[in-house]
Amino acid sequence: MTLKLISIRNLMRRKGKAAFILAGLVVGVATVVGIFTFVEATAHDIAHKLEQYGANILIVPKTENLSLSYGGLSLGGVSFDLEEIRESELARLATIPNHRNIAAVGPIVLGVASVESRRMLLAGVDFKAAGILKPWWRVDGRFPQDDEVLLGAEAARALGLETGQGLSVNGRNLVVSGRIEVTGSQDDQLAFLTLATAQQLFAKSGKISMVEVAALCKDCPIEDMVRQIAAVLPGAKVMAIQQVVKSRMEALAQFQKFSYGISAVILFIGGLVVLVTMMGSVRERTEEIGIFRAVGFRRSHIMQVVFLEAGIISALAGVFGYGLGWASAAAALALSGDGHAGTAPFAPELALAAVVLAVVLGLAATAYPAQLASRLDPNEALRAL
Amino acid sequence: MSYIVADQLGKSFGNGAAAVHAVSDLNFRIAPGEFVAIMGESGAGKSTLLGILGAMSAPTTGRLHVDGIDVYALNPDRLADFRREYLGFVFQSFHLVPYLSVIENVMLPLAVSRQGNPEKRRRAQDALAQVGLDGKADRLPGEISGGEKERVAVARAIVNAPPVLLADEPTGNLDSGNSREIMRMFQRLNASGMTVIMVTHSAECSGYAGRVMQLSDGRLKTDRRIAAATLRRAS
Repeated sequence: MTLKLISIRNLMRRKGKAAFILAGLVVGVATVVGIFTFVEATAHDIAHKLEQYGANILIVPKTENLSLSYGGLSLGGVSFDLEEIRESELARLATIPNHRNIAAVGPIVLGVASVESRRMLLAGVDFKAAGILKPWWRVDGRFPQDDEVLLGAEAARALGLETGQGLSVNGRNLVVSGRIEVTGSQDDQLAFLTLATAQQLFAKSGKISMVEVAALCKDCPIEDMVRQIAAVLPGAKVMAIQQVVKSRMEALAQFQKFSYGISAVILFIGGLVVLVTMMGSVRERTEEIGIFRAVGFRRSHIMQVVFLEAGIISALAGVFGYGLGWASAAAALALSGDGHAGTAPFAPELALAAVVLAVVLGLAATAYPAQLASRLDPNEALRAL
Repeated sequence: MSYIVADQLGKSFGNGAAAVHAVSDLNFRIAPGEFVAIMGESGAGKSTLLGILGAMSAPTTGRLHVDGIDVYALNPDRLADFRREYLGFVFQSFHLVPYLSVIENVMLPLAVSRQGNPEKRRRAQDALAQVGLDGKADRLPGEISGGEKERVAVARAIVNAPPVLLADEPTGNLDSGNSREIMRMFQRLNASGMTVIMVTHSAECSGYAGRVMQLSDGRLKTDRRIAAATLRRAS
């Protein structure tokens, strides 16, 4: 005969009440686990999509500053007519420790040319990389090949050119392969050529003006990658486009705040279920508690009995809650129809946290009823019957 | 030698003019090994006095000493320990824990002791044997008769071998046959040296006690010892 046996026997006897408390805690824990698992998986997916959302590192030559903004972002000092980076040096990017986090490298050659008697900025780009670096481009026509040009929306309007028409650039005849729909960025003003065509036009064979890099970087330290790239390109200035990084982090933080808020509310409700049920249980057990006190149980012994009951139920609720939460998250991800089926990972640390959380919540919610039980006057408890 | 000393014991409920004095100015001494019946009409203060003697209800005035211990000067934990070590209770309505078996109910006072389970079980079986219930150890309280429940309650009260047994209307829910059986059991326990204090309003039951204290309106009206020759005898 031990206090533990008393607790277990009482749970077995009051199966309905025990099941109600268990259900309340299981729902609470399962909701928290489900939300966390779902949000983690979704955040991972969002981060992955964000990684596809254009360049987040810029490489420019080290030179005296000329103020220039690009893509609406303040990039600091950029000069394109003084020094260039050697194209062959870009191979070194594959040697940095975090090279697996590089999604795309987009070299750009910039130059000012005379186009149909107008002076305008031309950019030679790697269109294969541009598909990743500028996913927001919508091209009416197609990407250019050699001796072709892709016009920004504003440039096409100003030049009055349509797809298929020819134009003269620094005396060289090119054909318009397409037009980029309005982006709202500086790209609208530019004309885009293949990298090789631009290098020929501007006599910059093997040289590039700047490089855009898209880093696959949910959790990886972008600043570390910047340092690694700077180390292999000592002649270049490497900058993180902080706005993109910050917006990514803010998006994830919003998701996490939302999940914390929902979880807190659900846990509070779960705690109330335990509190109310245990209060009712204590009131029902006035006689028993009176007997326990009469035969010499201390107040702490009464609290132990009540806490043991709550602890046993809570631990079970933690295990079942994790299982149910994980299954719910997996089902929700599968139903989201976004290719997430089976992506809810089994996380032992989350399972452990779920059990600890359930036990802490169960015990905390039981503290008041347990104290109430321990303070029952045995004489009054027995005479009141 | 006095084992239990009541000194100006009083207990009131409520305050001021609305206060109800359940017991007042009780002074008595009980020697070790006495069998005392406390009698009186309903509302005379019998159960209130038993609650005070049982270390379960602090008096509003006076002091209670048991074995030289000023009972209500003890802190709550020590008071609980005192109940466990010095007192055994038998209640009118048995107060058995319904989800524990007969032997587990008997072992209840041992649940918080440091003895091993085999030792606890042995002591419980001994207590059940003393009350003649050793064959029903594994039954639940709902599976035994009222008389048997009372005997389980007695076994639980004596499992710790306490020096004092307190009983509140122990035969109140029993027929005459079972009542006699319980009284004879009390006499045997008393004969073994246990001090027995029993609240009853049954004149027949009080005939088994060696001393009868009569309460009226919370005061001790009479306190008389019964001549040995007139005592009912355990058969």
